[in-house]
Amino acid sequence: MTPALLDAKGVTLQYKTPRHLVTATYRVDFSVHQGDRYVILGPSGCGKSTLLKAVGGFMPPTEGSIRIHEREIRSPGPDRMMVFQEFEQLMPWKTAYQNVIFPMKVTRKFARGEAAERADAAIAKVGLTEFRDIYPHMLSGGMKMRVAIARAMALEPDILLMDEPFAALDALTRRTMQQELLSLWDQLRFTVLFVTHSIEEAIIVGSRILVLSPHPGRVRAELDAGNLDHNSIGTPEFGALSKRIHALLFDKAHHAPGARA
Amino acid sequence: MSPQQTPPRRPEREVELAETAAIGDVERPLTLYERITNSDAVQRLTILVALIVVWELYARWLNNSLLFPTFSETIRTFGKNIANGVLIDRTFTSLRTLAIGYALGLAFAAAFTTLAVASGVGTRILSTLTAMFNPLPAIALLPLALIWFGLGTPSLVFVIIHSVLWAVALNTLSGFRSVPETLRMSGRNVGLTGARYVGLILIPAAFPSILAGLKIGWAFAWRTLVAAELVFGVSARSGGIGWYIFEARNDLDTATVFSGLLTVILIGLVVESVIFRAIEARTVNLWGMQR
Repeated sequence: MTPALLDAKGVTLQYKTPRHLVTATYRVDFSVHQGDRYVILGPSGCGKSTLLKAVGGFMPPTEGSIRIHEREIRSPGPDRMMVFQEFEQLMPWKTAYQNVIFPMKVTRKFARGEAAERADAAIAKVGLTEFRDIYPHMLSGGMKMRVAIARAMALEPDILLMDEPFAALDALTRRTMQQELLSLWDQLRFTVLFVTHSIEEAIIVGSRILVLSPHPGRVRAELDAGNLDHNSIGTPEFGALSKRIHALLFDKAHHAPGARA
Repeated sequence: MSPQQTPPRRPEREVELAETAAIGDVERPLTLYERITNSDAVQRLTILVALIVVWELYARWLNNSLLFPTFSETIRTFGKNIANGVLIDRTFTSLRTLAIGYALGLAFAAAFTTLAVASGVGTRILSTLTAMFNPLPAIALLPLALIWFGLGTPSLVFVIIHSVLWAVALNTLSGFRSVPETLRMSGRNVGLTGARYVGLILIPAAFPSILAGLKIGWAFAWRTLVAAELVFGVSARSGGIGWYIFEARNDLDTATVFSGLLTVILIGLVVESVIFRAIEARTVNLWGMQR
């Protein structure tokens, strides 16, 4: 087996609020390989977003290590492009196109002409060519999310980090976006680390699912879900996996007593 | 009690979409009259004309040009002093001093706020200084400025810097603080740090607040300058607009005083409704950050 692209070992994450020291995750291990659609699934408050922030380099682990290409992650970097849940990740003072080309200009990863071509291609891929010169405040939520995804993909990061990117969208748009993400993955075979609290979304989007327990987040299971998508909804296989995850998350009997840190 | 009602069963239906051609115009341009009455400039102009008419009528009724000259007399004096170059010369002197003071004030404000965002200590220093000096009227520093810099432009520049610096720094800092966390993170994500981070993310993201600071700073500066020129300028060889007003008062030439005041107001109007409006239309309005 080739070495993992991203390797997290015994990651404990803690942050301070004005009154408390909160332990978000406790000794979490996982590794993401090239081409994975790796989903971190857990109820709210299981530290999954914090975990993604740590991978992004916004927060150092208090214990353990996160490595990408065998290098320790110390700071944010364009090799790990993030797509956030919030719409305000786009810069309101730049048009859709300027938003997409901005990271390529800043990092100087591509020559100017190539960056322009890549930006246009990325915008075309998410179906926004008509809206390329529109400012974000004129775009719908789903369109803003498409721009954010195009921006992250155009830079061709080693890994795409998505923090509940579709959670703020309406159900119809969410479904479309999930399908689009999957078809983009079929074309480009990028690596994505995807955080969600929806079991259904995890099964549809993910090829591998890491199930975290609530407060603090600890690994509960790591499952395969590679061949299930929208068309599998309603099949016994989909139902069984969904039920299994549900049990892992909510079945009190499986919790080891005193496991809380 | 009546038995529980169940809604009646109705047949389902599927309909071919209706032709939309029958609606007629989906969009129609406004008529000329609608556009004229909708225009901000026209509405403002109407208000101005109304004020002028009230002024003219009151002054005629009062009939005392020493106390309250008419609009037409003020305009005549204004025209005369423009024509002989006195007013233009005075205004130019004032505006030059103002430009120097405003630019320096902005430069200091930029330096202070950059230091403030760079570290927690910097933030505390700036907010303490702002809390101390922002309420201090610039004109109260004028005697001190005269001792330090003597009569002349440097003293004026000093008080203008004081009046601009704190207002702009305060607004800029509060603008920086209110930049959404997600936007900050997406900036840092692509590896932006230091001055590039401030320039490419924080400043445009905080632009509505910064612009508000620039406007307040401009008004403070203009006010301070005219007031300071009224206080001195006696020995300065080429006085500004404040000095022009002061001289005219000494001669009991009220129409000239009015024409000086009119100039101060006109410049204020032009800067606010032409220059700042244009900046707003091209930035915060275009970006949807402000309506």
